[in-house]
Amino acid sequence: MEKEKTKTLLQLFLTFLKIGAFTFGGGYAMIPLIQREAVEHRRWIRDKDILDIVAIAESTPGPIAINSATFVGYKVCGAAGAFFATLGVVLPSFCIIFAVSFILRRFEGLAVIRYAFSGIRAGVLALIVRALVSMYRQCPKGVLSYLLMGAAFLSVAFFKVNVMLVIAGCAAVGLVSALAAKRRDAQ
Amino acid sequence: MILLELFWTFFKIGAFTFGGGYAMLPMIQSEVMAHGWMTATELVNFIAVSESTPGPFAVNVSTYVGAETAGLAGAFAATLGVVLPSFAVILAVAKGFEKFSSSTVVRGCMSGLRPAVVGLIAAAAVSVGQTVFFPAGVSLAALTSLSCVISIAIFAVMTVLAAKKVHPILIILLSAACGIAAGFLQGA
Repeated sequence: MEKEKTKTLLQLFLTFLKIGAFTFGGGYAMIPLIQREAVEHRRWIRDKDILDIVAIAESTPGPIAINSATFVGYKVCGAAGAFFATLGVVLPSFCIIFAVSFILRRFEGLAVIRYAFSGIRAGVLALIVRALVSMYRQCPKGVLSYLLMGAAFLSVAFFKVNVMLVIAGCAAVGLVSALAAKRRDAQ
Repeated sequence: MILLELFWTFFKIGAFTFGGGYAMLPMIQSEVMAHGWMTATELVNFIAVSESTPGPFAVNVSTYVGAETAGLAGAFAATLGVVLPSFAVILAVAKGFEKFSSSTVVRGCMSGLRPAVVGLIAAAAVSVGQTVFFPAGVSLAALTSLSCVISIAIFAVMTVLAAKKVHPILIILLSAACGIAAGFLQGA
């Protein structure tokens, strides 16, 4: 029994190590990999659990990669499973970036690297705009929604309001409006 | 106590990010830049590095800022901080997950959070735009400078490619090539 558990924990760790090492861009890019490894290959979870993972990742704070690793690990092997899956998904990134931090420092003075990054920064802005458009499309539309979007944008871009305050405020507005709607329905 | 400060800062970033990837950008801009751990330009450069290396943006940026600020221990403290809120919340709700995600409280909060994240990323995009096009401050003279015009041209081309779903790494490589070409032409 104990041996079986140790083996599962090791498998969880190695599987998520692989997922962490081969997902570029993180987040949603990781979901198909989790499906292939955890559903089809290991049969730890079922297909419908993948939908749960996406839902839970969206409604809890933190990066999607961490949310999903913790969730799958917990389903398979409790708190210990959650720990080893999360450790696995974080480790490749941690090691690679730690190494990269030395390399970046060494080459940042070179003219060719400076030129490259001045072009890259314009490309990064294009990537951010793409992410913005796709998040806008997925966002539920409505008067309140547009108001919150506008308020969040203006308060951070022009009035330099604290981001955490804006997030908490918008969550509170959403909560109040949902409770009010529920009350109306009940009457 | 730098390690504790790294841990606490990234703990806040982890706890206040909903949705993946760039949803984290506004929190990172306000928290990391306020501490002076990274300049606006360094942060935009690092987004490109993070897109070109495996792993989630959150872990990449926390490891990098931690390592630059306080070495291996710093990288560890920052990464632990960014991971912990999400780990703890999932452990807490994993059992009663269906009840949790269908509750009025969670759905209500999410209905406010999702548009907020869109607005916040828009604000982040404006601030990155300033960094890219006007590194020395917004002015008419800066707008007509050669480097600004080149940046705008690269941005326009890459936006079209991004809309056509070209892979992010390819977009970064192409932008790098344009930047190098423009740099050497200007220098020559």
